[in-house]
Amino acid sequence: MSVAGSAFTVALGLSAAAAVAGLAAPRRTRPLLVGLGTTAAGVAGVVAGVAALGGGSFSAWLPDLLPLAGVRLALDPLGGLFVAVTGAVAVCAAVYGVGYVAPNAVEDGSHGDGRAVQAMLPLFVAAMLLVPAAASVSTLLVVWELMALTSLLLVLAEHRRRAAVGEAARWYAVMTHLGLLVILAGLVGFAAAAHGESFAQLRAAAGGMSPAVRGAVFATTLLGFASKAGVVPLHVWLPRAHPEAPSYVSALMSAAMVNLGVYGVLRVGLDLLGGGSRWWWLLVLAAGAGSALYGILQAVVAVDLKRLLAYSTTENMGLVFIGVGAGGYFAATGSRVLAGLALTAGLLHLVNHAGFKTVLFCSAGSVLRATGSRDLDALGGLRSRMPVTTALFAIGALAASALPPGNGFVSEWLLLQSLVHALPTSATATAVVMPLAVAVVALTAGLAVATFVKAFGVGFLARPRGPGAEQARESPPSMLAGTGLAAIACVALAVAPAAVLPGLSRAAGAALGAGAVDSVHGPVTLRLTGFAGSMSPLLIAVALLAAAVGALAGVRSLVVRRARRVARLWDCGAGPMTARMQYTATSFAEPLQRVFDDVLAPETDVDVTPTAESAYLVERVKFQARVPDRIEYRLYRPVLAATRMVGEAARGLANGSVHRYLGYGFFAFTGLLIVLAVIR
Amino acid sequence: MTASGALGAAAQVAVVGGGSPLLVGLMRQVRARMEGRAGAGVLQPWRDLRKLLRKEPITPAGTAWVFRAAPLVLAATVLVVAAVAPFATTSSPLDRIADLFAVAALLALGTVALALAGLDTGTAFGGMGASREMTVMALVEPTILLSVFALSVRVGSTNLAAIVGEAVRDPRAVISPVSLLAAVALAVATVAEAGRLPVDNPSTHLELTMIHEAMVLEYAGPDLALVEWASAMRLSVLLGLLTSLFAPWGITTGAGLAVLPLALVVFAAKVAALGVVLAAGEVFLAKLRLFRVPELLAGSFLLALLAVAASFFLG
Repeated sequence: MSVAGSAFTVALGLSAAAAVAGLAAPRRTRPLLVGLGTTAAGVAGVVAGVAALGGGSFSAWLPDLLPLAGVRLALDPLGGLFVAVTGAVAVCAAVYGVGYVAPNAVEDGSHGDGRAVQAMLPLFVAAMLLVPAAASVSTLLVVWELMALTSLLLVLAEHRRRAAVGEAARWYAVMTHLGLLVILAGLVGFAAAAHGESFAQLRAAAGGMSPAVRGAVFATTLLGFASKAGVVPLHVWLPRAHPEAPSYVSALMSAAMVNLGVYGVLRVGLDLLGGGSRWWWLLVLAAGAGSALYGILQAVVAVDLKRLLAYSTTENMGLVFIGVGAGGYFAATGSRVLAGLALTAGLLHLVNHAGFKTVLFCSAGSVLRATGSRDLDALGGLRSRMPVTTALFAIGALAASALPPGNGFVSEWLLLQSLVHALPTSATATAVVMPLAVAVVALTAGLAVATFVKAFGVGFLARPRGPGAEQARESPPSMLAGTGLAAIACVALAVAPAAVLPGLSRAAGAALGAGAVDSVHGPVTLRLTGFAGSMSPLLIAVALLAAAVGALAGVRSLVVRRARRVARLWDCGAGPMTARMQYTATSFAEPLQRVFDDVLAPETDVDVTPTAESAYLVERVKFQARVPDRIEYRLYRPVLAATRMVGEAARGLANGSVHRYLGYGFFAFTGLLIVLAVIR
Repeated sequence: MTASGALGAAAQVAVVGGGSPLLVGLMRQVRARMEGRAGAGVLQPWRDLRKLLRKEPITPAGTAWVFRAAPLVLAATVLVVAAVAPFATTSSPLDRIADLFAVAALLALGTVALALAGLDTGTAFGGMGASREMTVMALVEPTILLSVFALSVRVGSTNLAAIVGEAVRDPRAVISPVSLLAAVALAVATVAEAGRLPVDNPSTHLELTMIHEAMVLEYAGPDLALVEWASAMRLSVLLGLLTSLFAPWGITTGAGLAVLPLALVVFAAKVAALGVVLAAGEVFLAKLRLFRVPELLAGSFLLALLAVAASFFLG
């Protein structure tokens, strides 16, 4: 068995062992054992993924494991990439989780060190490792559902503390199962048309199918995979489930699980169906553009830190979808080099997102644990109380706002390059689509900067806005270590993206079926293959550092040395300012909220209570402002209301009488027989 | 990498660093004369900087490393852009990072540093300035990137040196609908990024109307000197980028050392001329209401989109 195969087996074995430890070990040692097991499984997953990216593929058929179909596993470079990313995120989350579940002073009660929750964590990781390795329809569906169920149980971990957890989990359960349903429908239809269910059979048969069948398969599976990736308008579960889950689970879901939606689109659309028409990929691109814009607009006005991060996930998955859509579109128009570039850019962004979102969710979890609050309007002043967490969050925020020298900048630059270079080559459709895509990416980039300036500036800097933030303490070492590992990965990706680019090119090549073409080459300076364009992230970082040192030295040499004095802030002469006079996250985002009024449709509610003596004297003013998710309001509420109405009406049918139910059975059966008699 | 390229980059940094306060002084003087005042003279910004450097350094109560580091980051981003951009020569040794997207992102990084410093003070004014600056920046970004897109189509690259080099070789190509539309769009974006009228009033004294000044309200002494100097450099770099992209005459593309001084003089003259035009224009302008600014920026965005469309359909 190859390195990839044995490492993958080890990863699954370790996950199983960790799950058993979670069930059997006593409460005191349970988190440590589960954490160690999951970490080791993650490391093995990374090894397996990297080996597969390097070309060491493996495949296995276990006919007796699942009745009728058996389990088929295979790892190619495309799957290997997702296995490696999942493994890496699992390592960070597992290390972080050990400290997170331990009891602490601020919040009483456990954070989910119960048996069920602890056993679910390694199983969830194992399921996520298995999804990219599944090589038949039945295997994929089984592990996909296993992933959904384990993550659902993990989301429910804190359901005794907050009522919102239950609601979030219900949304998640319904959405993920509807997603499974459409994926099932699409893939079963595909398998039926191909007369076989292993991926090899599907791949071979896809060429002979009619475009209508292939289009239908793609569109249905796209619905399911896009909902897993949190793409608008199927994202509604994401900003609910991610904030309510324990933070290390949020990190796993947001940095690893949503990626598998992208994996599904790549596997089914590009690999199994072999490309297809342009409209498929224009659809993907449009969905990506919509998600990127809508996600970041919601994030920029969000005041709940974890909700903000969840919407930012929708945004980043949208950017990845733009890359994937552009890649597929270029492949369909025949420009393979460009397709490789766009896909590589999308995948690099996916890897970068996994890195910085792990950092951000883990540090948000540290903040939540130390202050008991996720509300940015109640945070602030954490930089002196939690210096390490603040620094780590700063690294993540820099990456997420796609500014140099962060890692997000490199992938967005590549994405923009792939879109820009498409223009001179081809048709009018491209000339219309690409500028709009660039505009979307640009607006998203600008708003992402504002979002993360808000998250970092309001959440961590200035003075504490609430009692929780005032008493915050730095997190335990294991939480810092977990976050720190992800931050180190971010820094490495920022200065040396060339280390992962060949692997990504191979994964993109595996998806496009074009063999490995390195669309970007060069160790320090990244140069595009076939197009003029170069970028050196390391050089930018070094130049910035040199310029800062130079400026500092210049000022130092010119300045007249005098002692530094602490002075009062400018308060317009009105006496010392209180912490309540600071700008909050709500007020910070207010101008942008006003600019995008028509899209966001914020709701404000002013309630003035006059005094008893006179209507002109006000006793109390109550002001409420919130920005509801408009898509949820307009699209889902009517459907839910209609379902409820149907349910209420149907209640009249069931009055508790057994005779009546037997009668229903009788009439239904007779009716069925009559129908059969008529149509046969 | 050539010796003359490295020398050219260093000379650009020196000219931008030394000349920027003079540019600000010149613009103030033009404005003063047109408004019928005597003015303080072109050298006044340098005198101000000297005075500030001699003052004692002040740490506002409750601020920390973000506040202290922000002026350095701002200065560093502008210095890097000054070194890589083809103001006088297209053969900067750092031209690998002279990508227009990267330059726009670097300038944004400087803005972000100041915005974080504004928030770090924990005053209402700091937060207000940061919030407004971020709003303007978020809306300017699409215009800049789309204009970059439009300009890159002809050359097939977003590298500044490539775009400018092509324009120097074929100066007539600069006068095209694409470049005209992109020029107007970028000019509006530049005015917004530089914090000039009608988006922001650099000489305001009322905190409530400030954007940039509100963010840096708490800076004093040498820190303020650094912020003022970096802001002046930012203005000249932005104007320099405009002149290099749309009036690339006099920029050397070769390795010759002899023409470098001349190229630097031409660069300084072009930026000074553009600065005078901007200052003269500002005399006749009032600051827009904050919530009318997005309309202006949306207009410039539309122009940039038209530029891209023109580059395809007319190119």
